[in-house]
Amino acid sequence: MRFDAPVTIALSKGRIFKDSLPLLAQAAIEPADDPETSRKLILGTNHPLVKLVLIRATDVPTYVQWGAADLGVSGKDVLMEHGCEGLYEPLDLQIAKCRMMVAGLPGADLARPRLRIATKYVNTARLFFAGRGQQVDVIKLYGSMELAPLVGLSDLIVDLVESGNTLKANGLVPLEHMYDISSRLVVNKASWKMKYSTIMPLIEALREAVGGES
Amino acid sequence: MHDNRWLLPEGIEEILPPQAARLEGLRRELLDLFRGWGYELILPPFIEFLDSLLTGSGKDLELQTFKLTDQGSGRLMGVRADITPQAARIDAHQLKREAPTRLCYLGTVLRTRTDGFGGSRAPLQIGAELFGHYGLESDCEIICLMMETLCLAGVADVHLDLGHVGIYRGLARQAGLDDRQERALFEALQRKALPEIRDLLAEFAVPEPLRGMLGSLAELNGPDALQRAGQLLAEADAPVREALEYLQRIAALVHERLPEIPVHYDLAELRAYHYQTGVVFAAFVPGSGQEIARGGRYDHIGECFGRPRCATGFSADLLTLMRHSGHMDNGPDRRILAPAAEDAGLRAMVAELRRQGHVVVFELPGQTADALAMGCTARLVAAASGWRVDELVPT
Repeated sequence: MRFDAPVTIALSKGRIFKDSLPLLAQAAIEPADDPETSRKLILGTNHPLVKLVLIRATDVPTYVQWGAADLGVSGKDVLMEHGCEGLYEPLDLQIAKCRMMVAGLPGADLARPRLRIATKYVNTARLFFAGRGQQVDVIKLYGSMELAPLVGLSDLIVDLVESGNTLKANGLVPLEHMYDISSRLVVNKASWKMKYSTIMPLIEALREAVGGES
Repeated sequence: MHDNRWLLPEGIEEILPPQAARLEGLRRELLDLFRGWGYELILPPFIEFLDSLLTGSGKDLELQTFKLTDQGSGRLMGVRADITPQAARIDAHQLKREAPTRLCYLGTVLRTRTDGFGGSRAPLQIGAELFGHYGLESDCEIICLMMETLCLAGVADVHLDLGHVGIYRGLARQAGLDDRQERALFEALQRKALPEIRDLLAEFAVPEPLRGMLGSLAELNGPDALQRAGQLLAEADAPVREALEYLQRIAALVHERLPEIPVHYDLAELRAYHYQTGVVFAAFVPGSGQEIARGGRYDHIGECFGRPRCATGFSADLLTLMRHSGHMDNGPDRRILAPAAEDAGLRAMVAELRRQGHVVVFELPGQTADALAMGCTARLVAAASGWRVDELVPT
């Protein structure tokens, strides 16, 4: 890969970072530091013009939308909640896959009027139930959703489910599949236009790394 | 709570010295530029009845408009969120000219939500609109005027983004998409979300070759997009091919008149899609993740005011342009301090200096602040021959 312009790529620590590395390696981008051992928030790479910034997953769309990073890797769950306008998301990277689901105690009644839903995906949950003609009360939580129905804080939860083990361990069951989630490549609109000759080959390399499809 | 009385609402800013003076200088220069190009200044009202304010505009503008009730008539009024529809109303309903009409404006608009990062809810909208002509020449004139505006404002490294809403609209019509489907696909196209576009086209059972053509729009961007579009959209119907051809011709014209400006073509970029009808364009600069000026053709808006008129124009936020201006700050004006003395000779000298364009400030009796604290770098002193200006050397 040749780079004509400086490129900043926003990633979140943990699974997305780990799963993005092999894809970036296909585009011949390798970080100079390991974020697990380094406390740096900006990582250099083998290319002097390419740097990686490490931020919270929910902040990736914000950084990319306002041009603080040119590209980023962001879960579809985060993008749906962020409101997707203002960004390009040309590529499904097929990593960090999971499902967004409605879950609750076994036998919970999904059709009951005015359900209380605990979730960190407030907008997504409200839109989903509104789409089915259901008015619900959404309770914003930042973690440990599974607790909410157990202690009577909510009737149901909306959350990401990977293996289902956390649900099971807390006596909850998945009740309805909402969306398949995977990580997307997001690109700043102005960068796309002004750094076209750098960004397009990068997207192509990543597309090939994913397997040509999508 | 009471400690925060100085706080301004989100997205509302005040402009202090010396920026306010710079802004005013730029405002004058730009209005002079427009005047030189034959654009007549209009001052549409800040507030209007809501139904006339929103006539012919989309849902987006309605959400962006602050509303209040007129205590006199009981009707709803709106504070303008965009001056373009007001200019169209003035052209169609007030001026009623047959000849091409060129109008320009500069004024504050109010928006219920910020549409930018740290964005303003009260942008200072500046723009120019050309009514009564359909064709490359008027579109190109507006693009050139937009570029000239950016240049005069000191905005460097401008990239031009060029597209045409007729291509998507024509393909969607040819594919028989209903309103809901067209909106869903439009929304995915704005994000270049290729996986979703493919799923939507499959869900709507769009047949080939239209599926391929609609699917390719999100990839038809870049410096070579128009050549590729010629091949990929070869099977589109006449209106689509005409739109593409129009875009190719305007691209050639823009290249001829502005050869140094990098142009990026994008057939999926459909700004203000619901009222645009033809060419759309925007200006981008490094360091801004968003466009800083935009415009395009909107031929049908006059119809809502009883008179169809072709129209094309652009607008920008003057405050945004100032932020991206590379013009060196000239620093504060040179100010001359005059002593607090009752003296006819001094008054005459001050009047003469002011007439020559100098800034002269009178010291007030009893003040303790010295000349430098008042921003003065020179002072008037009495000399044998009369009053004399002495430069102060900062210590």
